[in-house]
Amino acid sequence: MTIERFSGAELLIKALAELDVEYIFGYPGGSVLDIYDAIFRQDAVSHLLVRHEQAATHMADGYTRATGKCGVVLATSGPGNTNCITGIATAYMDSIPMVVLAGQVASNLIGGDAFQETDIVGCSRPIVKHSFNCRSVEELPNVVAKAFYLAETGRPGPVVIELPKDILIPDNTAPFVMEKDVKIRSYNPNVKGHTKQIKKAVEKITKAERLVIYTGGGIVIANAAEQLTALVERLNAPCTNTLMGLGGISGLHDNFIGMLGMHGSVEANKAMANADIILALGARFDDRVTNKVEKFCPNAKIIHVDIDPTSISKTVNAHVPIVGLVDVVIDQITAELDAVGHKPNKDDFKEWWSEINKWRALNSFSYETSKDLIKPQQVIESIYKHTQGDAYICSDVGQHQMFAAQYYPFKKPRQWINSGGLGTMGFGFPAAMGVKVAFPDSHVVCVTGDGSIQMNIQEMSTCLQYNIPVVIVALNNRSLGMVRQWQDMIYGGRHSSSYMESLPDFVKLAEAYGHVGMQINHPDELDSAMEKAFSIKNRLVFVDVLVDEKEHVYPMQIRFGAVDEMWLKKGEKV
Amino acid sequence: MRRILSILLENEPGALSRIVGLFSQRAFNIESLCVAATDEPTLSRITISTFGDDKVLEQITKQVNKLIDVIKVADLTERPHIEREIVLVKVLAMNNKTRTEVKRIADIFRGDIVDVGKQIYTVQLTGDEDKISSFIDVLNHETEIIEVVRSGTVGIARGEKALRV
Ligand SMILES: Cc1ncc(C[n+]2csc(CCOP(=O)(O)OP(=O)(O)O)c2C)c(N)n1
Ligand SMILES: [Mg+2]
Repeated sequence: MTIERFSGAELLIKALAELDVEYIFGYPGGSVLDIYDAIFRQDAVSHLLVRHEQAATHMADGYTRATGKCGVVLATSGPGNTNCITGIATAYMDSIPMVVLAGQVASNLIGGDAFQETDIVGCSRPIVKHSFNCRSVEELPNVVAKAFYLAETGRPGPVVIELPKDILIPDNTAPFVMEKDVKIRSYNPNVKGHTKQIKKAVEKITKAERLVIYTGGGIVIANAAEQLTALVERLNAPCTNTLMGLGGISGLHDNFIGMLGMHGSVEANKAMANADIILALGARFDDRVTNKVEKFCPNAKIIHVDIDPTSISKTVNAHVPIVGLVDVVIDQITAELDAVGHKPNKDDFKEWWSEINKWRALNSFSYETSKDLIKPQQVIESIYKHTQGDAYICSDVGQHQMFAAQYYPFKKPRQWINSGGLGTMGFGFPAAMGVKVAFPDSHVVCVTGDGSIQMNIQEMSTCLQYNIPVVIVALNNRSLGMVRQWQDMIYGGRHSSSYMESLPDFVKLAEAYGHVGMQINHPDELDSAMEKAFSIKNRLVFVDVLVDEKEHVYPMQIRFGAVDEMWLKKGEKV
Repeated sequence: MRRILSILLENEPGALSRIVGLFSQRAFNIESLCVAATDEPTLSRITISTFGDDKVLEQITKQVNKLIDVIKVADLTERPHIEREIVLVKVLAMNNKTRTEVKRIADIFRGDIVDVGKQIYTVQLTGDEDKISSFIDVLNHETEIIEVVRSGTVGIARGEKALRV
């Protein structure tokens, strides 16, 4: 019997199918045409053609953030690959699994400055979890399996596979052999928390008088939201989420005290500053959370749970470091609470809660409405109302991102999708497309700004081709609002290059791409127009909302201050 | 504080560049770096001499460990260990007096003259960093140094302790 042999391109697609990959997000070019040909000749894996490779990475990323499944990107050598860099970095910063299939010139040309040759492995080295230079057709399926394994396990992240053209061509063949049960001797991702450390943590938790549970993207990634909620309820502790962690506990939960950090709620930042014990779960004490590190929560003992040891005691020293998968560690903590006889009691932290409720009463997210100007906050509230709070909200970067995080309470994890770590303008729209591809029956909204949307606006064409009817809501303030806010607050109001003086007519633009465009410019129209926008199914709707261009995002931490030193509104501090 | 890290990693293309990239990307210092395959050909061993306070070293160790290719990392300076470096020094040896003097210094330091030219001696010496530095100082005093090549430090723990898979 002869064993069937396949080209590298065929092996690649077979391997992807074997790993249950549904979609490849990509763009063709010379070095990967054999892969495109192999895609054409099968139907297990679909390919979605974007209009710019950066969008392919964000689309894959959005798909992954919503589904938990590793996204796949395909790009050609040279410019195709370098166009992926921003998307790879975006995924890397937020620990999102991604496999990037990077075409390369033929092996015998590598190193010779061949046409469209770039060292993509070298270019991407600081922003990947790992990368592979695939050098033979035989090893290809196993390299793919390894790449997925690395991307998805431990602290997830992007993995690049460089594929030289000569291992993809039809006359270079090998049998399909793939070891799905991957083992890598230098990599052991399944970590349980150290028992002694768990005991120490529980001792601190049960003795705490002012406990705060501070959680990040790790809870979302680990699908640990239910466990977290149970732990929060059992301890009756206040819980705050980072920008990446929103939805880790329902935004409507009584114990949720809002997002913390630069634009967090007063009660969240105050609670952190006054805590005696902070239980940090899958969060990394980013500088957008801590404000000045030296002034960060001086009186708190910190229990820090993270799968990545480098995140622990990197910026803020942990008193009880626990390295482990956050879902596993929460179970361990819960079991230890049982073991020491801890019983839930709704009167726990009574005094602490009364203090927190005083901060809550400051209502730090309140804002003033106006008779003739639409406030950006109102727009988010209107989106919430017309999507029943169930939409996937995919945001770009800027003021609109903060408003979305503040005014749309996320009931579930994975509902809030944004570039938290890298802050990539241009992320929101393609990310929303990736989500819509995965969940065609759900409301998928891209909340964006007049600046950000123009960084990947060409993807409206992709949406028409594949019928991806997301709703784009642009909070159009005719400026790079977040930049302008900083210029107002820190640079004496000198608006250097923060205007967008020649905005296109977004309505016409959407129409030109074959979609529906709407503009809203008066508060009285907001609700009815939003209702209409969300009632249109199967068409992409671009809602251009002209909002008050002077609005700032508040509260805002005061630069170089402690975590709870904030501007409440213009000229008013807490 | 000066530290010596021993790193055992997969002997694969790109592995070294990941280590070096990590150090530059995170602004960690590299004083010297040695790399070669081990007796087990699938493994390489890197010795990095670096410096930084405890917090920095903790990050370096963790970050290096996090690289997928890396199997083990040890801080040799934590325990009794042996450090060696080799140096080749090319010096001017124009006249008898200098030649005798260079030979004498080499003998005192237990170095060897490994190449002799009309006006040139090349001296080889092994030892720890301090010994090598003072050797170079002394030679420099006596004659003109034309070229110095140091291998960088390699090290191994004393006693039973071994860095193996
Ligand atoms: C690719 C990229 N370039 C620059 C920035 C810096 N930046 C952060 S917010 C912002 C303004 C965004 O403007 P817009 O999308 O209109 O949002 P707004 O703040 O007005 O709501 C800029 C330029 C960034 N985050 N990403
Ligand atoms: Mg704007």
